[in-house]
Amino acid sequence: MKNGSGKNNEENVLRKGELEIQNVEKTFRIPGCAPCVALKDCSLTVERGKLTVLVGPSGCGKSTLANIIAGYDTPGSGKVLLDGKEIKGSSSDCIMIFQETALWPWMTILKNVTFGPSLLGGSKKQQAVSKAMSLLETVGLEEFADKYPAQLSGGMQRRAEVCRALVMEPKVLILDEPFRGLDVMTRALMQEYLLKLYQQTGLTMFFITSEIDEALFLADRVLVMTQLPGTIKTVVEVDLPRPREFHVTTSEQYRLIKSQVMESLYEEGAKIFTHLQGIGGNVPDTCQSTDAP
Amino acid sequence: MARAAKMYGVSFTVKVRRLFSSKGFVRGSLAVFTFFLLWQIGSMGLLPFMHAIPTPIEVVKVFWEFLHLTKYWQSWGNSFLRVAYGFVAAQILGIPLGLGMGWNRNFKDLTYPLFELLRPIPPLAWVPVSILFWPTNETSIAFITFIGAFFTIVLNVLGGVSSIPRELTNAAVSFGASPKQIFWRIVLPATIPSIATGMMVGIGITWNVVIAAEMIAGNTGLGRMTWEAYLASHTAGIIVGMISIGVAGYVSSMAVKAISEWLMPWKKIF
Repeated sequence: MKNGSGKNNEENVLRKGELEIQNVEKTFRIPGCAPCVALKDCSLTVERGKLTVLVGPSGCGKSTLANIIAGYDTPGSGKVLLDGKEIKGSSSDCIMIFQETALWPWMTILKNVTFGPSLLGGSKKQQAVSKAMSLLETVGLEEFADKYPAQLSGGMQRRAEVCRALVMEPKVLILDEPFRGLDVMTRALMQEYLLKLYQQTGLTMFFITSEIDEALFLADRVLVMTQLPGTIKTVVEVDLPRPREFHVTTSEQYRLIKSQVMESLYEEGAKIFTHLQGIGGNVPDTCQSTDAP
Repeated sequence: MARAAKMYGVSFTVKVRRLFSSKGFVRGSLAVFTFFLLWQIGSMGLLPFMHAIPTPIEVVKVFWEFLHLTKYWQSWGNSFLRVAYGFVAAQILGIPLGLGMGWNRNFKDLTYPLFELLRPIPPLAWVPVSILFWPTNETSIAFITFIGAFFTIVLNVLGGVSSIPRELTNAAVSFGASPKQIFWRIVLPATIPSIATGMMVGIGITWNVVIAAEMIAGNTGLGRMTWEAYLASHTAGIIVGMISIGVAGYVSSMAVKAISEWLMPWKKIF
């Protein structure tokens, strides 16, 4: 990766994709239940070579959107375009890193990472091993190549999974709350890892989270999602300087952006409260007090 | 990682010494000792209802005699063979059936109702029909043994396939795997733990069934041997039979456990 980004710059530019989601709608119909509209008129752009973060309250259709982009699910209506071409089904162009680790437990880390290329067979297989090893080296896992996933810590597993995705040279990397369930320290380290990786590869990334701080620390742009049915409520440009480290979170600029995003998010959060209580438009005190940074 | 290596590095003698000095071992031995002591006291006529039971010492003597009889070892061989036939046949037919049901909706719709219709019938209820249907006694006992393990393995495999996390297959789809590749490289290995569970439960049932079937329909085997001892009012022989059956079941379970551990090297790491 280190020299890869410099040497093959042009090739890299070609590999970076741009995602466009146009008026996507998705309704889940379970027999015997009222139909659930997960996404409605949802449009957004994941710009080429940018790190776009989608943030929204839990259960607002974020994962549904991720599944549609990755091709595991089809939209009811609307389109998902990758570099202007409509995505039909899943491919190695858009690879998803899941909420829970999806490494195959019966394969060693190296076997996991080389699984994709091994399907092609022949000479690609040999190349894949050396490529996988250099990827593992960049995330500090070269010594763990022959270990099974269960022998690695949560943070290591996520890094291995990122390697498994990168070896396929995806045009877009989708990360659906990838750091959920990690402890606070590991999480912070993983965020820095991801930023380093982003800096080195310049890959187009679409990161989904429910944590504002994570969103702001990583993002070039933050998209705030509404409650169900999910749609994009606000777009906030995060023009904090890169490379970023945790100091950035204490800057004045950061606080301003954060309050902007929080206002937008808490409006959505409050909707649930009022919905539950059956009172119209009353934002609970707890929300307002935490609102001010 | 280094710690794990150290724990595995300890020598056999150290392990044995640790075992003998552990509190758990002392407590366990105490219970076993008390059991034999009570047995001895009871069969000496000092406890009610136990006067007909031979003393442990008598049992050991008779056991020693049995060990020198060819017939005793033939009984072992016969029972083991029946278990092996029934068990292996159940795996060969049951694993693919379970995988097929879990993998293909249409196949499940086709086979599952019939499967569920036959499943509640206990293996021993098959004895009469199986004696009528199969040409030899040997095949009918092996068939009943097969029935014992078959339904368990199918259910376990089916459950295993259906509970594979979606992400595991989805990830493979993203990497361009064909349905065939997904089946062989993801679904099958992901189901191995369930197959292993099915085998462990299955081998236990197989021994249960084979003993009962031998008592009813057989003229050889450990079950028959125990039954004949009963008919001859040879009580020590009954106990020897029971112990032998227990040992046989244990040995089989250990063998199945070794096979499943060999199948799942990734589970053996801690």
